[in-house]
Amino acid sequence: MHVEEKFTAETWPAAPEKQTLEAKNKFLGFWLFLGGETVLFASLFATYLALKDKVPNAEHALAKDLFELPLVFIATMLLLTSSLTSVYAMYHMKNFNFKKMQLWLGLTVLLGFAFLLLEIYEFNHYVHQYHHTFTSSAFGSAFYTLVGFHGGHVAFGLLWITTLMFRNGKRGLDLYNAPKFYVASLYWHFIDVVWVFIFTVVYLMGMVG
Amino acid sequence: MASEQTHSGNPKVDIEYRRKKSAEEMRYQIVSFTMMIFLTLVAFIAVGYGDFTAWFIVPFILLLAIVQVVFQLYYFMHMSHKGHEAPALFLYSGLFVGLVTVLAFVTIIWW
Amino acid sequence: MSTYAQKKGFGATIWEYLTTVDHKKIAILYLIAGGLFFILGGLEAMFIRIQLAVPNNDFVSAGLYNEILTMHGTTMIFLAAMPLLFAFMNAIMPLQIGARDVAFPFINALGFWLFFFGGIFLNLSWFLGGAPDAGWTSYASLSLASKGHGIDFYALGLQISGAGTLMGGINFLVTIINMRAPGMTYMRMPLFTWSTFVASALILFAFPPLTVGLFLMIFDRMFGSNFFDVSNGGNTVIWEHLFWIFGHPEVYILILPAFGIFSEIFATFSRKRLFGYSSMVFATVLIGFLGFMVWAHHMFTTGLGPIANAIFAVATMAIAVPTGIKIFNWLLTMWGGSIKFTTPMLYAVAFIPSFVGGGVTGVMLASAAADYQYHDSYFVVAHFHYVIVGGVVFGLLAATHFYWPKMFGTMLNETLGKITFWLFLIGFHLTFFIQHFLGLMGMPRRIFTFLPNQGLDAGNAISTVGAFFMAVATLILLINIVLTSVKNKKVGNDPWEDGRTLEWSIPSPPPFYNFKQLPLVRGLDALWVEKMEGKNGMTPAEPLGDIHMPNNSFIPFMISLGLFVAAFGALYRADYGWGLPVLIAGLAITLLSMFVRSVKDDHGFHIHKEELLNDDDKGGKA
Repeated sequence: MHVEEKFTAETWPAAPEKQTLEAKNKFLGFWLFLGGETVLFASLFATYLALKDKVPNAEHALAKDLFELPLVFIATMLLLTSSLTSVYAMYHMKNFNFKKMQLWLGLTVLLGFAFLLLEIYEFNHYVHQYHHTFTSSAFGSAFYTLVGFHGGHVAFGLLWITTLMFRNGKRGLDLYNAPKFYVASLYWHFIDVVWVFIFTVVYLMGMVG
Repeated sequence: MASEQTHSGNPKVDIEYRRKKSAEEMRYQIVSFTMMIFLTLVAFIAVGYGDFTAWFIVPFILLLAIVQVVFQLYYFMHMSHKGHEAPALFLYSGLFVGLVTVLAFVTIIWW
Repeated sequence: MSTYAQKKGFGATIWEYLTTVDHKKIAILYLIAGGLFFILGGLEAMFIRIQLAVPNNDFVSAGLYNEILTMHGTTMIFLAAMPLLFAFMNAIMPLQIGARDVAFPFINALGFWLFFFGGIFLNLSWFLGGAPDAGWTSYASLSLASKGHGIDFYALGLQISGAGTLMGGINFLVTIINMRAPGMTYMRMPLFTWSTFVASALILFAFPPLTVGLFLMIFDRMFGSNFFDVSNGGNTVIWEHLFWIFGHPEVYILILPAFGIFSEIFATFSRKRLFGYSSMVFATVLIGFLGFMVWAHHMFTTGLGPIANAIFAVATMAIAVPTGIKIFNWLLTMWGGSIKFTTPMLYAVAFIPSFVGGGVTGVMLASAAADYQYHDSYFVVAHFHYVIVGGVVFGLLAATHFYWPKMFGTMLNETLGKITFWLFLIGFHLTFFIQHFLGLMGMPRRIFTFLPNQGLDAGNAISTVGAFFMAVATLILLINIVLTSVKNKKVGNDPWEDGRTLEWSIPSPPPFYNFKQLPLVRGLDALWVEKMEGKNGMTPAEPLGDIHMPNNSFIPFMISLGLFVAAFGALYRADYGWGLPVLIAGLAITLLSMFVRSVKDDHGFHIHKEELLNDDDKGGKA
């Protein structure tokens, strides 16, 4: 069957993620889904902007009290670098180098996981140090929902990439799984795009006041 | 900057060409990544420096974010390659709806 | 698994439908489920009208009335109109573009089961402490104060259903962009396909705000957050914005496919091509675009201020322009044509004045200053029923007759169809025309009773009579369906005899692979082009070869079932200890099913060339 055809580095197509109709459909369908996700995150950003610093009384911490530059910077570097490592993974996929692709995907997962751990530490810090929780104020609800939804997307992406890596570990690249790896990497880049706006709008703008 | 199948008839030539094109594209990606780190640093420094007013910082860092996202979309996500017309149309449409929503929420929620 | 249907047992047929990924069978599932919910919504309407037939009535209590009216609106829009439109888009659009199925057959099935389980979950509220009672719009202050779990059923049920709709939207978009037959450029697509395309784009962008709004409502009611809680810094108008940023495009999602259906019907039964094809396409796209810029016309009285009100008022009035273009194009299609007044054509002709009536009252409502008087009165109720019933429901009834042969291979009885039409038309106008005046005379909407001798008695009584006409009409349609199914007289490819587009070039119903060979499209109204050259079918665009088809799967059902279970856990989490474990278990079922889908390869199967050669008269002769 064509889609499980065995290739060599020389016969492997230049754009393996778009060679079959299924692949072309997955490619387009996923970009469309990202268009919808753009509106979803825009709605969450809008809600956050409307409820930023909206607390019941003066005892509640505001954005400028909570956020710290170093932590956010490290988180950003982790996620941004993981975006680069996924680009490397796709580069190796295009060159039919399965082992190197897996290596770079593995690095992506590690960096993404580190980001999540840092975020969990961050949330824990806010909850215990400042009593800034999901239920403490409208500001808290909006903050944790926006940043939490992003974190949830990161977690789902890690599960996705890990599943792909293990499922295909023994059989290498073919035209059935190449589109799957490609689409997962598109998702991963999109999550970084959202983070760029989160660190700008939530953290940086929050610290500026 | 599309990556196309070449058909010179000689697979060894084809693959050499494709490898070169891929490597060239990777160079663009590294440049993009470096730019993104740089833009991020500038944004953080602008906020950390303390001497700028919010009226300058906020539009400035938003602009930096937009430029960074352009790099991410066009290079990391290959939106500059051919075959991305429909994705670009739908992404920009989604962005438009999203921006209208954000505009509404920062103007006509609290008055 | 490469043969067509043999004589199957009842159990095998049930299993086939539980696991199907075939767009034609999924369409039938949507039709049945949507039809049943339509009956349910109709019963809710009857109860409303019976309660309002006379002043000071006590047919139902105030609280129960609020639940009935909430469920009437919610059911009709989300569980009846949308699914029925999906039925026709699923059944017909792939055939119109010469495709063998949609782009993602598995996701198509998943979309259906999500809608189904969401709808069941919502309606279980009747038996589990009470249905939602804050209107189909569920504004936040009222919703947060609503006792019992009704609103929770609303939020969770719609969240599940909505996910299904979003998937359907993406599916249709990719199908239309990627899977058109050779020769079918965008400007050769039939109008029903174009309207499916634009409506699907609206779904893609309108459902995410609803998703966010529903999450915020779920979080506030069930998890203690403060989005809408003013005392903790929240703002209730956030819900209104999110709901209407979804809600306004939603009504265009409803009407555009209906417009598409009418475009097909007008052309077919005037024996004349659609007038002004390019401007129809342009108008459809413009309506879709403008639909996102007008939502706050539902919020004129919330105090947004004169500037915001003015902007939204003008944008709203602007939508009348492309809509007017369409009306004139339909009329000009009929002008000079050879008109055949079949049942679908009757609905189409009646749609014109009815929908225009609803449209002009819409322009009246668009004037923000005037809307301060109309808002929350029966004038609004009259307006939206005129556009929804006069537009969407007429379109659905027309499509039922027009596409029945293509979906089932039989023809609904024309005489019974015409009786249904006339009874429904009379009933519709009786019920809703008078409501304009009830509104102007000051009757508020969503009230469970009214006092006598305020000038409202006669109007309400007449309005109720109309409801009974519509109920009888619906009953006759059901009888028509039963009789047709029992008689089971099969028809051929083109039973209306004047089919212009590709769906009429294949058997009724089509073989499960739709086209033996993908057709070559040589122009707009691809089949008509061939007919005018004396051919009786399409020219193939490819040689006969193996056809690749997708496998059935039970996983969509399981994914949806998992979310259904999880919803119960979320709903009862604060009341019972088992709530959280059930929530987690439900999510685990869903995630595990998704995992199984990911890791188990599914390459579909092939129908071999030799079997296609034997497969000559699937579906019966003309």
